[in-house]
Amino acid sequence: MNNTAKIIIVLTIITIISGGVLAVLDAYTKPRIDAYQNKLKNEAVAQVLPGGVKTDVIEKGDKLIYEATKNGTVVGYAFQVSGGGYQSELVIMVGVTADFSEIIGTKMIAQVETPGLGTKIEDDPSKKDDPGWFMNQFKGVRTVPAISYVKNAKPSKATEIEAITGATISSAAVVDILNNGIKEAKALLNK
Amino acid sequence: MNKKPAIQEFIKGLWDENPVLVQLLGLCPTLAVTSTAENGLAMGLAATFVLVCSSLLVSMFRKVIPSQVRIAAFIVIIATFVTIADRFLAAFVPDISKSLGPFIPLIIVNCMILGRQEAFASKNGIWRSLLDALGMGTGFTLTLLVLSSIREILGAGTWFGLTLFSGEYAWGVMALAPGAFITLGCLIAAANLINERRKA
Repeated sequence: MNNTAKIIIVLTIITIISGGVLAVLDAYTKPRIDAYQNKLKNEAVAQVLPGGVKTDVIEKGDKLIYEATKNGTVVGYAFQVSGGGYQSELVIMVGVTADFSEIIGTKMIAQVETPGLGTKIEDDPSKKDDPGWFMNQFKGVRTVPAISYVKNAKPSKATEIEAITGATISSAAVVDILNNGIKEAKALLNK
Repeated sequence: MNKKPAIQEFIKGLWDENPVLVQLLGLCPTLAVTSTAENGLAMGLAATFVLVCSSLLVSMFRKVIPSQVRIAAFIVIIATFVTIADRFLAAFVPDISKSLGPFIPLIIVNCMILGRQEAFASKNGIWRSLLDALGMGTGFTLTLLVLSSIREILGAGTWFGLTLFSGEYAWGVMALAPGAFITLGCLIAAANLINERRKA
């Protein structure tokens, strides 16, 4: 058989079989993977909202906003915000009060920042009693006019948080993502 | 034609031709995921699965795959099995999958796997290729287990998550990159020392 023809045929067969196997595999594993992602998302939503609330989903295009109500009154909203970090996409679940003026809680969903430096935004092993201190700072932070950060100092304003030494870009990215994401969600709900 | 008894193809991967300590292959995932014993074991088993399956297929079709496109063919085969391993981990042990992160997909470019296809599976029969793959994979997994156990015990005071002593006394650097390099270097030096004594 002509060598070129053999090359084309063999490679085509290999790749068709590979594609077919992976398509079947995907169909089989997708439900479990999606279920796990949903479980993580629901846990994150519960973590950033106050306890004892009923949550409903509001769909605005492809964005999901979770509305938390207690005894019929809206007490807050939770939604996912994302954007570029230092070297990876940061995905954060944030919960805000009903008027979007204050953050109730935040949870880092995904980040692949520099290990040992940027990753401190999610887990800072040097603070053994509070490794998640960076994200915890955002509890109670006011969002208007905008959240900002300070370096090597304690925050003095209600809108300030302290950036991580050696991970300024990652810290600043979190602040930007929260500012932009909260503004966007607020506009989507016409508040 | 190999004159070695077939079982030697398996045994050589455990020590004499250990992929990490002797051949110095696959060092990137070795350094990156061995911060805990659980991750080291998972990576070792995943890589072994990919190596065994790829070697089997490459050996089965070695006379059919034209030489000019053999690397491309090997990579497609390897990538298929890595994707299978990755999706299975994500679906059945999602927490491990999350902590191994991008390193499971990176098994595709683990030079140990491509190396064994090129050096062995494409030139040997199915039975020997299977033994070679099992030996290399087992050697890789055992080495990762030892390395990650040392790093986890010294760096966090735990082993497979069980606390052995308080993390306060742990040598934190072991859990980070420098600790990985130092420990691996020591292991390779120790292996070389042992082998030199054996030859003497």
